[in-house]
Amino acid sequence: MAQFQYTLTEEQLDQFGNELEALRRQTLLDLGTRDAEYIRMVVKVQRRAEMLGRGLLFAGLFPPAWLLGVMSLTAAKILDAGEIGHNVMHGQYDWMNDPTLNSKNYHWEFPSVNELWRHSHNYGHHTFTNIQGMDRDIGFGVLRMSDQQRWNLYFLFNPLWALLLAVNFSSGIALHEVEVENLIQGKRDKAEVINVLKAVSKKSSRRILKDYIMFPALAGPFAFVVFAGNASANLLTNMLGFMVIFCGHFPDGAAQFPASVLANETRGKWYYRQILGSANIDGGKIFHLLSGNLSHQIEHHLFPEIPAHRYGELAVKVREICKRYDLPYNSDSLTKQFGTVVKRILRLSLPS
Amino acid sequence: MNYPLFHGSLARQVRRTLLDSRFMQSLAYPHGVDRYLELLNPLWAISQVRARITAVVHGTSDSVTLTLQPNSNWLGFEAGQYIGLTAEIEGVRRTRYYSLANSSYDTNGQIEVTVKAHSWGLVSQYLKQHAEVGQVLDLTQAQGDFILPVSRPDHFLLISGGSGITPIIAMLRTLCDEHYSGKITVLHYCRNPQELIYGDVLRGIAKDFANVELQCIFTRDPDLHEGNEFNSPERLSLEQLQCRVPGFAQALTYVCGPPGLLEQAELIWCQQGISQRLNIEHFTASVLAFDHREDPLGTVSFLNSARDTRADGRSLLLLAEAAGIRPASGCRMGICATCTCKKSTGIVRNLITGELSGEPNEDIRLCISVPLGNVSLNL
Repeated sequence: MAQFQYTLTEEQLDQFGNELEALRRQTLLDLGTRDAEYIRMVVKVQRRAEMLGRGLLFAGLFPPAWLLGVMSLTAAKILDAGEIGHNVMHGQYDWMNDPTLNSKNYHWEFPSVNELWRHSHNYGHHTFTNIQGMDRDIGFGVLRMSDQQRWNLYFLFNPLWALLLAVNFSSGIALHEVEVENLIQGKRDKAEVINVLKAVSKKSSRRILKDYIMFPALAGPFAFVVFAGNASANLLTNMLGFMVIFCGHFPDGAAQFPASVLANETRGKWYYRQILGSANIDGGKIFHLLSGNLSHQIEHHLFPEIPAHRYGELAVKVREICKRYDLPYNSDSLTKQFGTVVKRILRLSLPS
Repeated sequence: MNYPLFHGSLARQVRRTLLDSRFMQSLAYPHGVDRYLELLNPLWAISQVRARITAVVHGTSDSVTLTLQPNSNWLGFEAGQYIGLTAEIEGVRRTRYYSLANSSYDTNGQIEVTVKAHSWGLVSQYLKQHAEVGQVLDLTQAQGDFILPVSRPDHFLLISGGSGITPIIAMLRTLCDEHYSGKITVLHYCRNPQELIYGDVLRGIAKDFANVELQCIFTRDPDLHEGNEFNSPERLSLEQLQCRVPGFAQALTYVCGPPGLLEQAELIWCQQGISQRLNIEHFTASVLAFDHREDPLGTVSFLNSARDTRADGRSLLLLAEAAGIRPASGCRMGICATCTCKKSTGIVRNLITGELSGEPNEDIRLCISVPLGNVSLNL
């Protein structure tokens, strides 16, 4: 890719950066009771939804109970991964000084190993967002999501790999640190890969034990009903996670950048890259909550350490700033955004 | 409501065995059994010591006495020990340490703390203004080795200053409860009678027990003196001790109070060559140093690596790296939280918000924190 051209002058970029920096500072200083009460409330809802869901699945021979049980358990799993897990592990609630909501202590049900996750996501993806060859979230090492990725026969099945990734999304993310693409090219230390695999399988086995052995066993003769319910909840969680995450950086209009932008990248340019490289999904309150407020992907990428429930109100201000600097603010419905993602997956299965 | 299943030591054993089993923990993976139990009742948690406030008494205008009923995780205490109490203020959990004031023979399992609310104190002011019956607080187990010896000597000298009276009250109540027959001298320093904490308790005990001698010295109230003709204001001194407490050198002495009083006691007992008969409780009110003189040139101590370095205005991350320590780090601009680290003591400024962190044991991000004065880190 040729040298990246900014649409703003250096001076404008600085000014733009300062405005966003002021917004960041202002919000961080305002954190307090409201945020603490909010996240505690979400945690309570999550735990209750989980207990309710698992309880209903025991009565799962009665179809409405099974359906409600799956819905409730899915909601719990989505909240645990998104609004609580993902956001807590970003350090959004570290200031509360609460060991149960601390980025280093938090354990989520997601099979990603905490330390590996914090490295690949909080650092890798959030610092080098959408930089080709550096942000491994572009295609997650298994898909072709950019024209810059060289095509080969493997990518003819891009849609199939995408579908497989969608239904196994949590495991796919957990195995992100294996760096399959680098392993194949022999650029990855084998011993390190084995350590990652060990850690991931240890963590996944706890969830498998719980969802597929212990809870079904507790249901005795109805084991299969509970097993199927848990499997369905995991599948739905994976699919929704895949959709939200892929709508974050791959819809039409989300830009990718050459590594050359990193040289002397100012704060203003960094913010510029985050806005151009991210896309939002429009929706109601419940949708935003279930997406872990990652539907506000732009705000999340500008301010990853600010509690995510604030993104909605920050979005109003960010939109206004973007308008003044004449920058695109990519936000649309889930159908529109995901539609263009699917098109991209299909298009890139063929050589560019 | 009373839940008999959840009280008593046998019940505790059964509950612990059942709920803390690998089976239950596997079902509750990854959050643990407590995160579900506390939805029903925060006191049912099996690992966290928590207590419900059962009484709130405002003994003086700037203090509050709380009676607490701990849950079954509480392991008990000895007179003179203290606990950490955690309050959540504006969304932030803050822990402060307070001595227990009740007798270790109290059989109802309740504990008592008296908190003096300093004008600068966050937690003490919060407890004074907002503590109410029924509220649940997190606590730590009892800690500290400021305790009575197993074999009791013939004479105890208990010296306290201000709110340092609380562990002394616990010792006094404990000794009286066990009908200790030796002599107890209480020497208490206080500004004026209005600020005297536990005045009624002290007077009551002195009246009921002939072996207890009480001397209150009001240091800021020259017109008033109580129990003794001695004139205030005065400080602890050798002359004063010789005059007020005959045989003090033979007594086993406990001192708790402000730093000046402790230093003075250490000096006197050291000069008399009887330091082994002196026990001191260093209770220092946690002063939030927001008015602290800003000194960008203090020493930064990396406790786990046993290394020191001079601050020079750079971030703690750069200082650590310059000192040859390689802490985990990532974005270097305060967004990824990889370099989050426990600050043990000292004050640091957040470069993004300008906020100061003055509390001990706070999480800070090394890449956006600069030290003000001496700082120690768990690195």
